[in-house]
Amino acid sequence: MDKILSMLADPNMQWIFLGCTLLGLSSGVIGCFSYLRKQSLMGDTLAHAALPGICIAFMLTGVKSIGLFLIGAGIAGLAATLGIGYITRNSKLKQDAAMGIVLSGFFGLGIVLLTFIQHGNYGNQSGLDKFMFGQAASMIASDVVAMTIVCGLLISVCALLFKQFKIISFDPGFARGIGYPVAFLEQLLMFLIVVAVVAGIQAVGVVLVAALLITPAVSARYWTDRLGLMVILSGLIGAASGAAGTWISASVSNLPTGPVTVLAATMLFGISVLFGPKRGLVAKRLMRRKAKRRFNRDTELHAQGSVKKEAAL
Amino acid sequence: MNVTTTAAAQHTNTVAPLAIRGLSVAYQKKPVLRNVSFEVKEGELIGVIGPNGAGKSTLMKAALGLIPSIGGEVLVYGKSYKQQRKLIGYVPQRESVDWDFPTNALDVVLMGRYGHLGWFRRPGAKEKAIAVECLSKVGMADYADRQISQLSGGQQQRVFLARALAQDAKLYFMDEPFAGVDAATEKAIITLLQELKLQGKTVIVVHHDLATVQDYFDSVLLLNVELQAYGPTAQTFTQEHLQRTYGGRLAFLDRNLQSPPPSGKGE
Repeated sequence: MDKILSMLADPNMQWIFLGCTLLGLSSGVIGCFSYLRKQSLMGDTLAHAALPGICIAFMLTGVKSIGLFLIGAGIAGLAATLGIGYITRNSKLKQDAAMGIVLSGFFGLGIVLLTFIQHGNYGNQSGLDKFMFGQAASMIASDVVAMTIVCGLLISVCALLFKQFKIISFDPGFARGIGYPVAFLEQLLMFLIVVAVVAGIQAVGVVLVAALLITPAVSARYWTDRLGLMVILSGLIGAASGAAGTWISASVSNLPTGPVTVLAATMLFGISVLFGPKRGLVAKRLMRRKAKRRFNRDTELHAQGSVKKEAAL
Repeated sequence: MNVTTTAAAQHTNTVAPLAIRGLSVAYQKKPVLRNVSFEVKEGELIGVIGPNGAGKSTLMKAALGLIPSIGGEVLVYGKSYKQQRKLIGYVPQRESVDWDFPTNALDVVLMGRYGHLGWFRRPGAKEKAIAVECLSKVGMADYADRQISQLSGGQQQRVFLARALAQDAKLYFMDEPFAGVDAATEKAIITLLQELKLQGKTVIVVHHDLATVQDYFDSVLLLNVELQAYGPTAQTFTQEHLQRTYGGRLAFLDRNLQSPPPSGKGE
C-alpha cells in the first residue's frame, strides 16, 4: 500500500497512471462496437497502418514530435480504413481478407521506411522504434492532456450516438431502411477507432495496442447481456488494466508498462471466461450439473410414482 | 412487355402505396431483376413468389434502397422512397443478424421507433409503451426481457415483426417471415397480417410455400428475374403462370392446382 501511495506521490508517475487509465477506458468503450460488428481485427489493422504514417511524418519534417506522429498515424489509419472499405465494396473479398491485405501491406511499408530512416541521414532518428512496443514512461503532462481530450471526445460521441451505433452493429440493413446514413456512421466509428489507436500507440505500441480494443470488450460480454452495461464494463476493465499495468510496471523494476497493461487485460479476460455468470465456464458447468441432478431426481420420482401406482393396483 | 395491373387502374383516386417502373438490378454482369414494373393497391396483402434466385429479396431490397438499382424508379405514395421512409416498415430475413447480440426482445422492438426519434433522443416511456404493445400483438409480451439468443427461431421472427409494427408504417415489406417458423408463429403472423389489412395497411411478403398462397394473399406477384404475372390471387395464381415462373419444375402444379384454380378457399 505504501508503495502505491509513494508511487502516486511522484507527479511524473501520476501523469502516466492517469494517461494509461484514460487510454484503457476509451479503448474499452469504442472496442465494444468494433467487436460486435465483427471487426475485432480493425484495431490491429489501424495500428499497423499507423507505422508508415509515423515514418512519413518524420521523414517530411525531420522532427520527432509526438503531435506530428499522431497526425501521420491518423492519416495513414484513415487511408487504411478507406482502402478496406473500397476493397470490400468493390470486390468479392470478405472483410477479414481485405484487412489482412491492408494490415500487412501498410506494416511492411512501415518497416521498410523505418529501416530507411535508421540508415539515412536523419540524425535524430533514435526513438522511432519505440513506437513498435510503446513507452508509457515517455508520457508527459501535455500528452496526458491530449489523451484526456481524446477520451472525453470518444466517450461523448459514443454516448450521444449510442442508439445509432447499436443499430448499425446489430442490423445495418434495418438502419439503412429507416434512413440512417449507415456508411457515414460506419466511417465515423472507424475514425473513432483510429483516434483510440493513435492515442494508445505511444504507451502500448503498434503491435499491442489492438489488445486494448478487443480484450476488455470480449471480457465485458461475459458479464452482461445488455449493450449499455457492456460498454460501461468494458471501459472499466480497460481502465483497470491501464491502472494495473502502470502500477505493476512501476513496482517491479524494468517492466514495460504497455505489455504489462495488455497482460493485465488478458488476465481479466481469463477471469471473465471462467467466472462470468451464465456464459462463464464455471457457471456453465454448474448449470449442466444442476440440470443433470434434476433430471435424475425427476426420473427417480417418476419411477417411484409408477412403482407406487403398481402397488396400489 | 408491360404487366401493370388492372387493379391499379381502377384505383386512380388514390396514390398507389408502391409503384415500381422499369426496375432493374444487376450484381455482376447478369441482371437479377430485369425491367420490373407494377403498382400495388392500398390495403392489400401481396405475396411475392418465384423460384430460388428469382430476385424476390432483391426486389424488396432495391425497392427499399438497400441495394443500388441500375435502372428504374420506385415511388412510395407518389414520392421517392427517401422522402417516405417513415411510411415504410421492413422485416428482414431472420438470418441477416447475429442473435447473440447483447440485447433483449423489447430493445429490438424499440429499434422500430428510432426512425421517429431525433438523432440524439433516447427512447422514453412513450416508446417503451408502444414497444410492449407491439410485442403483445405478436404474443411475445412475456418475453420482453429475454435475451434474444434465448428465443426460438419463431419467437425471433415475431420480435422482428413487432419491431416492424413499432415503426407504425403504412407499407410493409416482409422478407420470408414464414421461413422455418413453428405453427404458433405462423398463426401469429397470419393474425397480424389480417390485422394490418384491417387497418388499411399494405403488406408485401416474400413467400415460399405455394400451398398457402391462396389462403394468405389478396394479390400475388410471380417473379423470375422478369415479372411473370401480377394481379388478384384468384385470377393470377394459375397453373399457366406458375409453369411459366417455375419452368415446370414443380410437382405442386399437378397435385394442388387443377385449372381453373378454386376462386375462393372453402374452409
